[in-house]
Amino acid sequence: MSSILAVDDSASMRQMVSFTLKGAGFDVTEANDGQQALDIAKTRSFDLVLSDVNMPVMDGITLVKNLRNLGDYKFTPILMLTTESAGDKKGEGKAAGATGWIVKPFNPDQLLKTIKRVLD
Amino acid sequence: MSIDLSQFHQVFFEECFEGLDVMENGLLELDLDDIDSELINSVFRAAHSIKGGSGTFGFSSVADFTHVLETLLDDIRSEKRTMDKQGVDLFLLSVDCLRQLLHQLHAKEEPDLDQANQLKLKFEAILAIGLDGEVAEVNDVTDVNKDDKLEVHDGIGYWEIIFKPHPEIVQTGNEPSRLLKQLAVMGELDVEANIENLPDFTALDPELLFVKWTLKLRTKENKGAISEIFEWVVDDSDITITWIDESVIQETITENPKDTADNITSIKENSENKVTKKVSKPKASVESQSIRVATDKVDSLINMVGELVITQSMLGQLGKDFSMERVHRLQEGLIQLEHNTRELQESVMRIRMLPISFSFNRFPRLVRDLSHTLNKKIDLKLSGENTELDKTVMEKIGDPMVHMVRNSLDHGIETPDVRKAAGKNETGTLTLSAYHQGGNIIIEINDDGAGLNTQKIKEKAIEKGLIKESDNLDDDKINDLIFQPGFSTADVISDVSGRGVGMDVVRRNITELSGTVEVKSVPGEGSTFKIRLPLTLAILDGQLVRVGKEIYILPLVSIVESILVDEEFVNNVGGGFEVLRLREEYIPIIKLYDVFGVEPDSRKLTDGLLVVVEGENKKVGFIVDELMEQQQVVIKSLEANFQKVDGVSGATILGDGTVAMILDVPGLIQLSGIQLISNLKAGNNAA
Repeated sequence: MSSILAVDDSASMRQMVSFTLKGAGFDVTEANDGQQALDIAKTRSFDLVLSDVNMPVMDGITLVKNLRNLGDYKFTPILMLTTESAGDKKGEGKAAGATGWIVKPFNPDQLLKTIKRVLD
Repeated sequence: MSIDLSQFHQVFFEECFEGLDVMENGLLELDLDDIDSELINSVFRAAHSIKGGSGTFGFSSVADFTHVLETLLDDIRSEKRTMDKQGVDLFLLSVDCLRQLLHQLHAKEEPDLDQANQLKLKFEAILAIGLDGEVAEVNDVTDVNKDDKLEVHDGIGYWEIIFKPHPEIVQTGNEPSRLLKQLAVMGELDVEANIENLPDFTALDPELLFVKWTLKLRTKENKGAISEIFEWVVDDSDITITWIDESVIQETITENPKDTADNITSIKENSENKVTKKVSKPKASVESQSIRVATDKVDSLINMVGELVITQSMLGQLGKDFSMERVHRLQEGLIQLEHNTRELQESVMRIRMLPISFSFNRFPRLVRDLSHTLNKKIDLKLSGENTELDKTVMEKIGDPMVHMVRNSLDHGIETPDVRKAAGKNETGTLTLSAYHQGGNIIIEINDDGAGLNTQKIKEKAIEKGLIKESDNLDDDKINDLIFQPGFSTADVISDVSGRGVGMDVVRRNITELSGTVEVKSVPGEGSTFKIRLPLTLAILDGQLVRVGKEIYILPLVSIVESILVDEEFVNNVGGGFEVLRLREEYIPIIKLYDVFGVEPDSRKLTDGLLVVVEGENKKVGFIVDELMEQQQVVIKSLEANFQKVDGVSGATILGDGTVAMILDVPGLIQLSGIQLISNLKAGNNAA
C-alpha cells in the first residue's frame, strides 16, 4: 500500500483529500502545515507528498525545498495543491523541486487521476 | 468512485467563519502607515482558503466573489498595490457580505448575491486600473496549452515527440518512464532511446539522467492532450511535438467561437434572474453544533478514563473475594475512584471551555465602526483573552457585553473636544479584560470617560418613584439604580445605544447565567462594569443548608458569611419584617421556613444560623437550622423537568438519592418583597 503525506491548513480540504485517498486504498498521514509535515517526514518515508501552497508557519514552497534537502525525499514525488489564479506559484513550486501540481478546485476523481500519474 | 462532498460541509463552514474572523481582525489591526506583511499574508491566506474550499465543495458564488478579493490581496501583499482606508472598508464590507452568504448557504437557503455582485464590481474596477499587462501575463501562464488544444489532426500520420530531459529532472520526482507509460495508453507508441550522452561508468552520477527519447505516437488525441502529459516537466526538458503527415489530406478543426459566446450570455441571464429574486433576511445565526477541542484536552480525558478503568478493575478484583480484613483496601479504592471521577469531571468540563477571545473578537470591529459614527477617538484594549469560559455562557454573554460596550462608547467616553477641554487625552480608552477569580470568571468593561452622572440618576430615580428624596443612599447604590427596569437617563435616545433594551435587561440576562453585574464610577475618570460569571452552567459549588427536614443548596459564591444571631441587634421594621444590624448595615432577615412552608427545628432566631448572602448587590440573611457540607452539585433544570418555581433556580440529586432545591438568591429577595429596605444603610454613608 502506497503511503501519502497530505499537507493542508484547511481541515475540510484535508478531510476530503484524506477520505478520498483512504477510500482508494492509500495509507494517508495528515499534517496541518509545512513545519508539521517536515517533522513527520523526518521520522519516516512516504511514497508521495501532497501539499497546499499557502499555509501558516511554513508554506508549501519552503516545505518542498526542505524535503528535497532530506536524503530520503530527493526523488519522492511531491505534488502542490495550487489555485488557477496563483499562476506564478506553479513556477515557484517547480523551481523549489516539486514534481507537479493539482489545480484547485478539484474533485475526488481528478485527485485520484492525477495521483496515478506519479504512483503505480 | 463517487464521494458525497456534503459530509465535509460542516467543517468547511466552520473553517470559513473562522477565516472570516481572521480576515476581519487582520484588517482592523492593520496600520496603514506601516503595513505588516505577515498580517496581510494571514488575511490573504484566509481568503485563499475560503476560495479554494468553496470551489471544491461546490459553492461557486462564494468562490467567484472571493476570487476578486484574493487577487487584490495578492497584489497588495506583493506590494504591487497599496492599501488605503477605503480599501480596508471595502474589504470589511466584503467580509460581512461573505459571512451572510455563507450563513445562507449553511442554512440551505438561496444566497442573496445582490451585495456580492455590487462589491465584486467595485473590486473589478480597482483591479482594472493599471497592472493590466501583469494580469494578461498570468492568464497566459494558466493555460499553457490553449493553442495546443486547437491543434487536431485527423489524417494518416503520427506525433513525433522529441523529449530531451535535463539531467536533473529526476530530482523533482518526475520519472520519465511514467510519462512514457501515460503516452502508451493514448495509442500506439514507438520508443527510441538515445544514450549517446551517457558518460563512462566511472563518471556516471546515478542521480542524473542522460537519456533522450524520440517517440512516435499514433493517436486520435490532440496535441493538447499530449502536452498535458509533459506539463510538469516542460521547464526541466526540451520537448518538441510535431505532426508527421503521412497522407495528403490534412484538416484543421477549430472550435466554434459562437458556441462559447452563447454560453456566456445564457449564464449572464441566469445570474440576473438570481439577483432579482429577493431573499428574506438571514437567520440570526446557525447554531454551531460542533465544538473544536485542543488535542491536549482530549488526551487528558483519555488518560483519566484509562485510570478509571484501572481503578474499576482493582475494585472488581477486590469484590470477587472480599473479606473484612481487606476493608481498608476497599476504602483506598473508593478514594481512588472519587479522585478519578472528579478529575474526569473536570476534564470533561474543560472540553466545553473556550478562550473568551471568541467573544472579545467582535469588539475591535464594533468599536471601529461606532467611533466612526459617533465622531469619537477610541482606543480599544483587550486583556486576558485566553481566559477560558464555558461555551454556553460565552454565547449568552455576548449580547449583554455588546450593549454595555455601546453604552460606554456612546454615553461614557466624551467627544475629543470635550476631553481636550477637561485636560484629558483626546483619544478615549475602552478596556475589556477577563480573569479568573475563585470559581468565577470576571469580565470588566472599563472606560476613561465622564463617569456616571450620579446626581442625574438620583433625580431620575426620585421622579420615577424608585427612591424617595429622604432616602439616604451612597453613590454606589444610586449608580446601581441604572439596572432597574425602565430606567434610562439618556435625554435623547441616540442611534447607538438606548434602543429598547436597557441595563435592566443586561442584568436579567446575566442573572439568568447565575452571574452578577455591578458598576463602579468616578466622575470625570470613567466607569467600570464588572460582570461575574460562573465558569460553567452545568455544575455549581453549593453549600448545603438544612431547614427542618428539608435540605436546600445555596450557591457558594453568593454567601458572604454565616453568623449566630444576637437578638439585641434585631429590629422589627413592620410588615412582618425583621432586620439585623450587622456592623454598618441593616440586613433583612428572610425565614426560609416561612417562604417554603416547612417546619423548622425552632422558630427562635437565636437557635438557628443566619446565612448572609448577596444577590443583585443586595444583602439579605436566610435563617436556617444547620449548615451542612459544601459540595459540587450537578444542576438539573426544573423548567425542563417540572415547571418554573419562584425562588428556586434548579434542583440536584444528592449522594443518598434525594432531590434538593437550589435556591435562587435574587429570586428569593424579590419573592419576599424587601427590595427597598435593603437599600438602607445604617447611620451616615459608610461606603
